[in-house]
Amino acid sequence: MKSVAAAPEMTSAEPTPSWMTRSRTWVGAAAILLVLPHIPGLNADFGRSLLSQMGIAAVFALSFNLLLGQTGLLSFGHAVYFGLGGYATVHLMRAINHGLPVPVPLAPLAGAATGLLFGVLFGSVTTRRAGTIFALITLGIGELVYATTFMLPSYFGGEEGITASRTRGPALLGFDLGPQLQVYYVVALWAIIAAALMYAFTRTPVGRMCNAVRDNPERVEFVGYNTQRVRFVAFSAAGLFAGLAGGLHAINYEIVAADSVSALRSGTVLLMTYIGGVGRFIGPVIGAAVLTWLQASLSGYTSAWLFYLGLFFMAIIVFAPAGLAGLILMHRPIIRMPAFWRVLRAYAIAFAPALVMTIGAIVIIEMSYRLSTQPELGTRMRLFWTDIDAATPWPWLAAVVMIVSGFVVFRKTWPIVAQAWQQATTEASVAAGAR
Amino acid sequence: MNAMAKIPDIEAAPTALELCDLHKSFGPTPIIRGVSLGIARGERHAMIGPNGAGKSTLFNLISGRFAPTAGSIRLNGEQVSGFPPYQLNRRGLARSFQVTNIFPRLSVFENIRCSVLWSLGYRYSFWHRVDSLRDANAQAERTLEQIRMTARRDVPAGVLTYAEQRALEIGITIAGNANVILLDEPTAGMSRREAANAVELIRAVSQGRTLVIVEHDMGVVFDLADRISVLVYGEIIATDTPEKIRGNKAVQAAYLDSAHA
Repeated sequence: MKSVAAAPEMTSAEPTPSWMTRSRTWVGAAAILLVLPHIPGLNADFGRSLLSQMGIAAVFALSFNLLLGQTGLLSFGHAVYFGLGGYATVHLMRAINHGLPVPVPLAPLAGAATGLLFGVLFGSVTTRRAGTIFALITLGIGELVYATTFMLPSYFGGEEGITASRTRGPALLGFDLGPQLQVYYVVALWAIIAAALMYAFTRTPVGRMCNAVRDNPERVEFVGYNTQRVRFVAFSAAGLFAGLAGGLHAINYEIVAADSVSALRSGTVLLMTYIGGVGRFIGPVIGAAVLTWLQASLSGYTSAWLFYLGLFFMAIIVFAPAGLAGLILMHRPIIRMPAFWRVLRAYAIAFAPALVMTIGAIVIIEMSYRLSTQPELGTRMRLFWTDIDAATPWPWLAAVVMIVSGFVVFRKTWPIVAQAWQQATTEASVAAGAR
Repeated sequence: MNAMAKIPDIEAAPTALELCDLHKSFGPTPIIRGVSLGIARGERHAMIGPNGAGKSTLFNLISGRFAPTAGSIRLNGEQVSGFPPYQLNRRGLARSFQVTNIFPRLSVFENIRCSVLWSLGYRYSFWHRVDSLRDANAQAERTLEQIRMTARRDVPAGVLTYAEQRALEIGITIAGNANVILLDEPTAGMSRREAANAVELIRAVSQGRTLVIVEHDMGVVFDLADRISVLVYGEIIATDTPEKIRGNKAVQAAYLDSAHA
C-alpha cells in the first residue's frame, strides 16, 4: 500500500490540461456549488452552515498551499493573515451597521487587502530565510500577533472578540444575508473566484518559479531569479487569500475573536492541507471539506474526536503521503480499464476485515476515554447499538479479538488488492502504449 | 522580445571574462591564490588541473556562488565581484553544475522554460499566463531539440536517467541565451558514447558564445578548447593553446604526471 501511495508524489509535475477541459472543470465546480445546499441532508441550516464553513476553510487551505505545496514553505503562523483579515472585515461591517453605504457581501475585500498588507509587511522579514528558520519566524510572528490581540482590546476585543451584524446594511441584488442560504452563496461565489485566481497564479511565470524554488532554490538563483523575491511574492499572495477567507469567516459568524489568529488555527490549516494533499491543486479543498465535516460531525458523537483526528492524520502521513487527493488521483490511469472492477471488488473484500479491526479499536478507545476522562458517567455505555459495561472484561476481550482477527484477515486480503492493481496497471500501460 | 537585446553591449568589451588577482580562502585555508586570466569573447576555454586544485571553487567565484576574498572579476567589462548569482545571470552568465542540479518535480519542459523566463523579461509577473508566452515556449522547445530531449518533454526531471539529467543540466544552462557559459565537468560519469554526444552538443551550443569548461577527460579538453589553463594549488601555472600546453614541461611535471600516477 505504501509503495503504491508514494508513486504519485513523483508525478506532481501536473500537466496543464487543455483550455476546454479547464473551463469545463470550473463550470462543473460552479454548478456543484450551486446545487449543493439543495440536496437532501444539506438543505437545512445546519448543512448550509457546514457548507459555508467548508468553503471558508477551502480558501484558507488553498492559500496555505500556495506556500507549502507550491513554494515549499512551511508556515506555522498562517492564521495571522486569516485573523487580521477577519478583524478588518468585522470592523468594516460595524461601520456598515452604523450607516456606511457598502454592501456586506463586498466586505471580505477589506479582509483580502489587510491580509495582503500584513503578508507584505511580515513577508519581507520571514521570506529572507527558508526551511526551519522560516518556520520558526512564522511561529514567532503568530505568537506575537496572538499576544497583541489581548494588548489592544479596543481593536481586537480581547477574549470576547468583535461582533457585527451582517444583515444591517444595504442589500446587494436582493441579498440581505439573513438566511444561511444567502451566506452560503456569498461564500461560494468568493470561494470559486479565489480558487480560480489561485489556480491562475500557479500558471503565471512567478507561480512556476515558486515551484522551481520549492524544488531547488539554489539553481533558481542561477537562472536569474532572486529566491527571496519569489518567496516574498508567494507569501504576499497567500496573505491576500488568507485575509479573504478571514473576511468570509467574519460574515459567516458575525464575530471575530483571538482564536482566529491562534496557533491552533494555523495548525488546523496545516492538517487540512496535508490530509488533502499538498501535491495537487485540489488537495487542500478536499482536506478542508473532510476535516470541517469531521470536526462538525465527530464532535457530536464522541469526546475523543480529537484523538481520532490525530490517528487519521498519522495514517495519512504514513500510508498516503500524497494525501487524499493523491489517493484518489492515483486511480485515474486505471479507471477505464476492465480490471478496475477487480480493484473495486478487492477493496470491498479488504474493507470488511478493516472495518472489524476499526470497530474493535473504537470500542477500546471509547471505553478508555470514558474511564479516564468521564468516570462520573459510570462504566455502562452504549456503543454500536449494544449495551456494554466497561467494568467487565468481556467488551475488552471482544474488542481485542476483533482487532487481532481483523488484522490477520486484512493482511490476507492485501495480495488480492495488489494483484488487481497489478492487472489494472498492466492494462493501463498496454492501453497507453497503443495510443 | 529579443533576448539578446537584454544583455549589455558586448561589442565594447573584447574580453568576456577578466579575473584579476583573485583570492579565496575558507577560514585560514587559501584555495584560490591569485588567479589572473582574460578570456576573449567567443573563446572556448578549458580549465584543467589535478583534483583539489580549486577548479570548482574558481567556478563558484566566477558564477557568484561564493564571494572572492580579494581580487576582481569583470564580466563583459563590468566589475561584478561579490554579485549574487542571479545578478550575474541577468548580465549574461550561466553555469552548469558538476553534481546534477535540476528541478526534480518539474517536467523536463518546465525545467527549461523556468530557465528562459527572466532572460525574456517576464521577471516576477503574475499577470502573464505562462502557457501563452509564445517566445518562452518556443525558446524552450528549441532548447529541448538542441539537447535532444523533445521525446522526454513531459517526464518529471527526477525520473530521468543519469545521462538525460546531465543533458538537461546543460539545457538549463544554455536555455537563457547567456553569452558566457561555464560548464563544470559536463561529461563526468558518462560512457564514451554519451560523452561524445555531449561534446557534440557543447560544440553546437557554444557557437558564438564564450565557453569556460572544467573537464577531466583530456580527449574532450584537447578536442574542444581554443586555449587551456592549468590550475595547480589555486594558481594558474600556464595558459596556452592545446598544442603548447601538451609540450609544456612545467605542466607535464605538475599535472599530467600526477594525473596519471
